[in-house]
Amino acid sequence: MNTKKNIGVLGLLGLVIMIQLLTHWTGTQYYLTQLTMSAYYSLVILGLCVLMGYAGQISLGHAGFFAIGGYLAAALTTHDLTPYSNTLIIQVLNRCGLLIQGQDIYGDVLLYFNPWVSCILAISAAALTALVTGIPVLKLKGHYLAMATLGFGTIIYRIVLASAFFGEADGISDVPPFTLVSGIPGLPVIEVSGDFSGRVQNYYIAWSMVIAGTLLLLNLIDSRVGRALRSIHGSEETADAMGINTARYKLKTFILSAIFAAAAGVFLTHFNGGIGPSEAGIMKSVRYVAIVAVGGMANIWGALTMGVLLNFLSLRGIFGTYDDAVFGLILILIMLFAPEGILSIRIRQRLRNAFSSSTSEIRGGESS
Amino acid sequence: MALLEIHRLNKKFGGLHAVNNVSLTVKKGMIKAVIGPNGAGKTTLFNLIAGNLSPSSGSVVFRNHELQGLKPYQVARMGMSRTFQNIKLFSGMTALENVMAGRHVRSRAGFLAGMFNLPHTWREEAGIRQKSMDLMKLLEIEEFAHKESTSLAFGQQRAVEMARALNTEPELLLLDEPAAGLNMKETAELGRLITKIREMGITILLVEHDMSLVMDISDEITVLSFGHKIAEGKPAAIQQNPEVIKIYLGEN
Ligand SMILES: Nc1ncnc2c1ncn2[C@@H]1O[C@H](COP(=O)(O)OP(=O)(O)OP(=O)(O)O)[C@@H](O)[C@H]1O
Ligand SMILES: [Mg+2]
Repeated sequence: MNTKKNIGVLGLLGLVIMIQLLTHWTGTQYYLTQLTMSAYYSLVILGLCVLMGYAGQISLGHAGFFAIGGYLAAALTTHDLTPYSNTLIIQVLNRCGLLIQGQDIYGDVLLYFNPWVSCILAISAAALTALVTGIPVLKLKGHYLAMATLGFGTIIYRIVLASAFFGEADGISDVPPFTLVSGIPGLPVIEVSGDFSGRVQNYYIAWSMVIAGTLLLLNLIDSRVGRALRSIHGSEETADAMGINTARYKLKTFILSAIFAAAAGVFLTHFNGGIGPSEAGIMKSVRYVAIVAVGGMANIWGALTMGVLLNFLSLRGIFGTYDDAVFGLILILIMLFAPEGILSIRIRQRLRNAFSSSTSEIRGGESS
Repeated sequence: MALLEIHRLNKKFGGLHAVNNVSLTVKKGMIKAVIGPNGAGKTTLFNLIAGNLSPSSGSVVFRNHELQGLKPYQVARMGMSRTFQNIKLFSGMTALENVMAGRHVRSRAGFLAGMFNLPHTWREEAGIRQKSMDLMKLLEIEEFAHKESTSLAFGQQRAVEMARALNTEPELLLLDEPAAGLNMKETAELGRLITKIREMGITILLVEHDMSLVMDISDEITVLSFGHKIAEGKPAAIQQNPEVIKIYLGEN
């Protein structure tokens, strides 16, 4: 099991490198941009996969967590703090190196949050929001949970659309690069930005995050906690009777998936140099759910594969004006014909059973 | 003080008085049976004890702790485990994984330890697996360990459920009709198994319709009818009790 997991992750790493080399040799580096964006969206989907597929809790509000991450990162790194530079808190922050200086077109000094600080604040805000909304909302089940999370997503959408701080319908642009590594001798500056020259670098940043995220979640699923989550999915009442604090596990998973979504939001916003309200929209949440479903629900690799594939196709414009409709249609088809997803565990198990020696089946003497 | 003390317990579902002023005690180390016709309130009583339902009035004291207001997972952590009348296995998980899930209360690895696959979790996981396999051997279901649990035969599913409950290392084990759906040979085996479990130091409270099993293994029997406790005593005495014969044994 363990070695299988590591081989999978190594295989993914190899594939990521191979694809980059291929685009290099064939002169198709322009694909890297969409592959980078798909990677970040896949991060949202991976987190949601654990929540939906393993813990069995649906969320139709995950674009909201993505937006909290992205919008806060954008707002905090673009709003000038010089009007408040006399206040104690800004001075302390500045002294601690948590702010960075810029210049406007007239040469005046501007003051912004360091992207590291805004990143941590944005992700913390998303985690806190997940905690506060999760406590009441996760008491609900099934349709009611779906509707409540949909409501949450709607609120976030209306907030970013209505407030000047978040740029209303225009969103926020001119978000600065997020410098991850600089000033280390022998290493180039590594930063998250949409800069043309940083395309390869950003492809690897995004995919490192996806690989790390995949490994962490695969580990989690294989662990005691993963078993507890799956048992909650199997029968909440029984999990409870086995001493599993189901409410707590659901809440923690909700927060974990919100952190994945928010981190994706932060990084993609720095990569794109901005964020708009469509990222917070309901259709984005529906899309994430549809992709987890089509990936097989309780299937990290399926979610990742579908996450990259469908987002890539969508970003390449394959679906044209029907983009959102395609994901709606996918959701309908999945619910109608394969509620467990097309790459579901059960189907894989059936396949495995079909190929494994049939003698053991007979010896098992199953009736049921 | 007895391991479990139930005092004047009541549960009403609307106009239905499902459990009516029932008191009973279970002493450490005994096998106690609750019998009664269909709808007598036996399962409801179990749900009240395990915290799945909250009583309309009355108290349940387990290991000297009042259980009032505790959630099932908290009761489970105090050393009470159970099986269900309508078997409730975790679907989508193998038999072994089901049994391993029972070990939850006896292990600790959390989210971060799991995500980072920290070395100290390896030993814990290996221990859980070992202990679970041992229990499956004891219940003679180890050959089904890697089968999807809900694909197993009925009797095997019951055994998996029992192994899962035992894996919490309970003080008190509640079994709701463990012999339902078993043939005579399997029922006799179950009787031996329950006695073996008691010898492991686990106290047992069971609901059962199979009279020969109940008479065979129980130290004490409580009879419920329409929510009321109508008799209590040693198997021999219960067998002789005219009221019991009338309402329960008579109808068979
Ligand atoms: N959640 C509930 N809501 C309403 N009525 C209930 C509920 N649970 C049980 N009852 C009713 O309470 C009564 C006792 O039910 P219970 O399941 O405890 O009986 P039982 O003794 O376990 O019977 P059986 O031998 O058939 O399992 C029945 O009349 C049942 O219909
Ligand atoms: Mg019952």
